[in-house]
Amino acid sequence: MAREPLMIDIVNLSKRFGRRDVLHDISLGVPRGRVLALIGPSGSGKSTLLRCVNLLETPDSGSITIDGSTMRFGATASRHRAKAMAAFRAEAGMVFQSFNLFPHMTVLENVMSGPRFVRGRSHDDAERIARPLLERMGMDSFADALPDRLSGGQKQRVAIARSLAMEPKVMLFDEATSALDPQRVAEILSVMRDLAQAGMTQIVVTHEMSYARDVADTVVFMADGHIVESGPARQVIEDPREERTRTFLRHFHMGKA
Amino acid sequence: MTYKWDFGPILQYWSIFRIGLEYTLGFTVASAVVGMAVGLLLTLARRSGWKILSIPAGAVVEIFRCTPALVQLVWCYYALPVVLGLSLAPATAALLALSLYGAAFYSEIFRAGLDSIDRGQWDAAAALGMTPVTMMRRVIAPQALRRMTAPLVSQVVLQLKNTSLISVVTVPDLVYQGQMVASATYKPLEVYTTIAVIYFLILFPLTQGARLLERRRHG
Repeated sequence: MAREPLMIDIVNLSKRFGRRDVLHDISLGVPRGRVLALIGPSGSGKSTLLRCVNLLETPDSGSITIDGSTMRFGATASRHRAKAMAAFRAEAGMVFQSFNLFPHMTVLENVMSGPRFVRGRSHDDAERIARPLLERMGMDSFADALPDRLSGGQKQRVAIARSLAMEPKVMLFDEATSALDPQRVAEILSVMRDLAQAGMTQIVVTHEMSYARDVADTVVFMADGHIVESGPARQVIEDPREERTRTFLRHFHMGKA
Repeated sequence: MTYKWDFGPILQYWSIFRIGLEYTLGFTVASAVVGMAVGLLLTLARRSGWKILSIPAGAVVEIFRCTPALVQLVWCYYALPVVLGLSLAPATAALLALSLYGAAFYSEIFRAGLDSIDRGQWDAAAALGMTPVTMMRRVIAPQALRRMTAPLVSQVVLQLKNTSLISVVTVPDLVYQGQMVASATYKPLEVYTTIAVIYFLILFPLTQGARLLERRRHG
């Protein structure tokens, strides 16, 4: 079978915090339109890996390619300029556990902030991008509200809309449901599932094993900065090969996502 | 023995007080503006990530925070000219000392204000693809400024009171002019009472304004 073209290609990525190896020679690829779920215990490096993809952490060595544009790291690579890094980040949308909406802007202004301040679109253009996204997220009636009036699930839907307004090539979810009530979790997961079905390439750091099993194409289990096991989602979750993966998954009760 | 208070002669010297008041307000405004500008530069230097900038800037802040304003003022007037090999007018030395003293504290306020912004705000702005300048302008500064307003006003209040020190190097501020009136009228008690009232009338509205701002922020 011919290899599918990769939308995200991570090659030999390493990162240390002081003396600790947080990421040890990580290589993985995500084909266009596919969903990769990163699972593992806390401290395994999965969030750091995700943050590296968006350059929120700078890797010590290796390279990251998103849709053909590559960032290289290490002693031989030149130091990246702030503008080049910003341009690279603009291609990847990121959703955080703590939402991180801008509290001094309304919901609409939050969603308009990317098109306006990064893409340099006019106010009206940005609004034409933002309004349909708020509608798609079921948040159009909150357009003029400030974020602190919203529930967690509502905040996260606005945050997703804000990312999508940049028309990113990939979406990165960093434990996007971990701070939510159980009912809200399903609501956000269904938004993520819709995005996957619409063909959005995703890397998802998650503790929702049923989501990883049912929506992701590939599941990667990480521990101590290493990839312990990776493979087709259903196989890794239901029939893991490695003992460490099995031990980890035993902590979860899996229902239907 | 009872002292007979008599403000009559003081009021005749009102024009002298007025000159003093103009100097006091002028030096407050000038040293606050210069101090905030220098303080901002010091903060940016300290956060630049380049040790060649951050270490000297940090040193300047600590030196000016940890020595008395009066000592700095006298040092700028008498010692600095010896170091630099040029003479400084009293007003120049006074402005320099007050501005740098203020800059150290303004820099701390700016630093604390920026540090108080949640890490997630920087992350979210960066993840959208904002450059550092855009991030500061659109996301960080608007939030930090709100938190910094009240401490900045408090520092300006201190700055105004500190201008009373410049009388020591013969700048004719409110206190210096008052001393002139006192020696002309032999009524120092009335003179210093008058000066105190003038300071209070300027500063009380300012501190109340700061309190209002503070309350609105928490309210």
